[in-house]
Amino acid sequence: MKANRSGRILALLGAAAIVVGACGSAASPTPAPATPAPATVAPATVAPATPAPATPAAATLNIVFIPKAVNNPYFDAAAAGGKKAADELGGQFTQIGPNNAVAAEQIPFIQDATTKGYSSIVVSADGPDEVAPALKDAMSKGIKVVGYDSSPAEGAYDVFVNQTDFSLIGGAMSQWACDLAPDCTGQIAILSATATAPNQNAWIEDMKKALTAPQFVGLKLVDVVYGDDDPGKSTDQAAGLLQKYPDLKVIVAPTTVGILAAAQVVKQQGKTGTVFVTGLGLPNDMKPFVADGTSPEFGLWSVPDLGYLAYNVAALLEAGTITGAEGETFTVKGLNGDQPYTIGPKSVVILGPPYKFDKTNIDQFNF
Amino acid sequence: MSATGETPKPADAAVVVGETTSVGRSGPFRLRRLASWEALLALVLLGLVGLGAATSPKVFLTPGNFSNLTAAVMEVAIMALPMTLIIIVGDIDLSVESMLGLASAVLGFLWAEGVPLEVGIPVVLLMGAAGGLFNGLLVARGGLPSLVVTLGTLALFRGLALVVLGPRGISKFPEAFTDFGFGTVPGTPIPWPLVVFTVIAVVLGVVLHRTWIGRQVFAAGKNKDAARYSGVRVQRMRIALFVLSGTIAAFAGVILTARFASARADAGQGMTLTVVTIVLLGGVSINGGRGTILGVVLAAFTLAVLGNVLRLANVSAELQSIATGLLLILSVVIPSVARQVSSAIGRARRDRRPPVATAEPGEVQSLI
Amino acid sequence: MAAETAARTGPGAGARIAGAVARQRELSLAGLMVVMAAFVALQAPNFLSASNLTQVTVVASIIAIAAVGQALVILTRNVDLSVESMMGLVAFVVADLLKFHVLPAPAAIAVGVGLGLLLGVTNGFLVAVLRVPSIVATLGTLSIYRGLDFLIAGGKQVTLGDLPAGYTDPARATVLGIPVFVLIAVAIVVFVALVLRQTRAGRRIYAVGSNPEAAAILGIRSGVVVFGVFTACGLLAGVAGVMWGMNYGTINATAATGVTLQVVAAVVVGGVNINGGSGTVIGAGLGALFLGLISNSLILLRLSQFWLQAIYGAVILVAVSLDAFLLRGLRRAALARRAR
Repeated sequence: MKANRSGRILALLGAAAIVVGACGSAASPTPAPATPAPATVAPATVAPATPAPATPAAATLNIVFIPKAVNNPYFDAAAAGGKKAADELGGQFTQIGPNNAVAAEQIPFIQDATTKGYSSIVVSADGPDEVAPALKDAMSKGIKVVGYDSSPAEGAYDVFVNQTDFSLIGGAMSQWACDLAPDCTGQIAILSATATAPNQNAWIEDMKKALTAPQFVGLKLVDVVYGDDDPGKSTDQAAGLLQKYPDLKVIVAPTTVGILAAAQVVKQQGKTGTVFVTGLGLPNDMKPFVADGTSPEFGLWSVPDLGYLAYNVAALLEAGTITGAEGETFTVKGLNGDQPYTIGPKSVVILGPPYKFDKTNIDQFNF
Repeated sequence: MSATGETPKPADAAVVVGETTSVGRSGPFRLRRLASWEALLALVLLGLVGLGAATSPKVFLTPGNFSNLTAAVMEVAIMALPMTLIIIVGDIDLSVESMLGLASAVLGFLWAEGVPLEVGIPVVLLMGAAGGLFNGLLVARGGLPSLVVTLGTLALFRGLALVVLGPRGISKFPEAFTDFGFGTVPGTPIPWPLVVFTVIAVVLGVVLHRTWIGRQVFAAGKNKDAARYSGVRVQRMRIALFVLSGTIAAFAGVILTARFASARADAGQGMTLTVVTIVLLGGVSINGGRGTILGVVLAAFTLAVLGNVLRLANVSAELQSIATGLLLILSVVIPSVARQVSSAIGRARRDRRPPVATAEPGEVQSLI
Repeated sequence: MAAETAARTGPGAGARIAGAVARQRELSLAGLMVVMAAFVALQAPNFLSASNLTQVTVVASIIAIAAVGQALVILTRNVDLSVESMMGLVAFVVADLLKFHVLPAPAAIAVGVGLGLLLGVTNGFLVAVLRVPSIVATLGTLSIYRGLDFLIAGGKQVTLGDLPAGYTDPARATVLGIPVFVLIAVAIVVFVALVLRQTRAGRRIYAVGSNPEAAAILGIRSGVVVFGVFTACGLLAGVAGVMWGMNYGTINATAATGVTLQVVAAVVVGGVNINGGSGTVIGAGLGALFLGLISNSLILLRLSQFWLQAIYGAVILVAVSLDAFLLRGLRRAALARRAR
């Protein structure tokens, strides 16, 4: 039915305000023509968010970390490393991100970071292809993009900091499963995070390949389930594995959320010593389970170092010291024994080999 | 009793804030006309634009930001349009987010199997219509409450999406497709989906407010039995509206897939809440019989701008979801309280006349 | 609908018919579950193992308790969509209190249950006092309570190691082989069922739901009744939230996401009519068990987990259609009887 006229006029004015306000302030640095929009901020004083092209300007170091999700202690540990680097280099550190590890939720954060004009975005991708357009858009505006932990699609980043050589993880996890299964024989299952995470898929593929080696012939991989990096779901999936496969010997969880959930379930059901848990876990989470034998050995890498390295790489990109091309080298003090890192194919830098944690060394770590 | 379980109320002769139907036009004061819901929304929108300009001056009023903030809300806004008609008629469709996800999943599945998008997209739209038909038949012919039916299909469609595609995401779509979702009309910051939205909004707005179909929708919303006795084919209309809602939800799924360059079974999770919020914020009464497309359009932009302003000001996502929930509740509480106040004033003023019928204290609001 | 049936066939007939439908539903559900259990046990013998049965019934108990609260709300012709957020918020707050050693376990639990009560009161206020339709009000609080949860969590989580030793043991403890959680759930179901059947408050709940106009004429203040059921729903959600925390140990701000659907499905499957006025909490409890059984069967029969959502949806649709079909058939039968 007819809305009253004054209401209509006001409404149309409102819609016009946005459109005109947006178009009125062009991205060019010249003063924009006067707009009828009610906003009184003079567009002429707007400095474009894009930095000047080409010259190796001094690094601004206004760096933002966008992890897969923010309520995850793994990423908090990485953030601690990033913050340390920021303090040392005199830069800024911010972390923003979605509440759920879903690409659709991560993208608005990337877009807003671009709009806000951070100098670098350090991102762990929930979905490699989904985030690519937003990241490419950021790069086109002069923002440096550094991937860490989970790689965006090729071409959507300047450098990807890989925590460790993926091909080492599959082999390592197979070895730990072999160590824990009696006589390296028995059923094993994988409890993963999200099914689209590229790192998870790479590690699982890798582990499957590693398991074909002759020394692992006694191990039988019976299932791969997904806990979505959610404690509740991971718990349910782990419990489900125990019910589905009464003869299961080892649960391998290449996710810090999953390994903790699996360890809890095994312990709560009194299966410590019958079913073992291994995979990638945070030392602080897993200390009690190493002590009581639920998870005698598992691994990871130095997560704070990952954040630290990622921040430094972003800083180096901003300063123009590196461009991300294969073969470039750089050094970061305190990492890699102060030896230089070399950028590999697809602009990937590897932090180092994975650590194995067990009761001999776990007390030395605090993250 | 009508299908919504509500006894029909006599048309309110008193002026009610937010009342924009022909009955409510009879307001004695010009001031009250200005205070229509749409006008209020427009003011809020202007205020938010001003707030955004003030708090994030360098970035808010840029074409890039405008493009981002509208693109992010287009799928939800598009689904809010048929939802408006459905709520006016007195039903509700909670399953839209799942039909969106199912559409994305099926489209991705077909694409991965080598089916070209020219075939995949119409298939998916037909599927949306079929899903809507399923809803409509259960509600109109089966006489089941739309709340529960669409709660069931909310789960069913999502489940089917998961069965079709599993947890994987399909990407590597052709660039033309993703440009449609992510790109803008050349030379302007207007995202393509906004063009789609505008077209649908104009069409539905004209149909609802200017044609006999629209009058029938309002009539059925106010009093199904009376409408039926007047010759309105109520059941057929309800089914048609559900079919429309399903088809458009599927279309929104196509748009989302293009925008993210990725088809996923969990696409659109949580969108139903936002869609309902937009419709109610737009002044459409949850009890049916009242509302305008213009209000819903304004509400969509208001929500988009609000989210954008908050994000740019670094307000956390948690506060944003609290804000959305509050907005939803306030959009119903404010008119309700205003109505009570206004009728109380009216009663006090015209104390000789019998009071205007309003909801009795403690009356149980029924489910839709 | 039940009200019209009552109006047309006399005062006692309505109650009798409703009772007949309810008993039929409970019995058929129980029967269906026995058949399903037998089938699954044959295919996967470890279905009957103690650890599996404990696992299934413990989780079903938590859902059942929340379902009892939801049933009360639905009986009055409303709905509470915010259940999952109430449970998640309570679970996290309790876990957080324990992590930072603010309170000892019993006090923290009491705070959790009290928080649930408060959240329920808020819902009740919105629906009964401000007269916001329950679907809108609880859709809003679904979002608000979850937002509060995220706000309080600040991106952190509470892990098993943060909790006092033995805190999660009650989730596994059994008495004479029956899990403690199951006993709690049964006690709650029985208590609420008795209240509904034997007390005036219970009769008022049914009256408000089946025929609000008649109830008003009888002097029943439906506002008070509605406020009461939402409060009870919040209280029970609080209890369920505490139990959730004990069962899962590690809690973050997304805990209990998706539970609303399960709870509503349980209530609807259990025979509580979505139009209000008929159904029992025993049915709701059985419904929760039934859904837990389905989920467990999927796992044990090695079927894809992804069917679960679709099954929940199908179950809701079938149950509601069946109800409407049954009720219409009964009404026609009653009319025919009266006409003779």
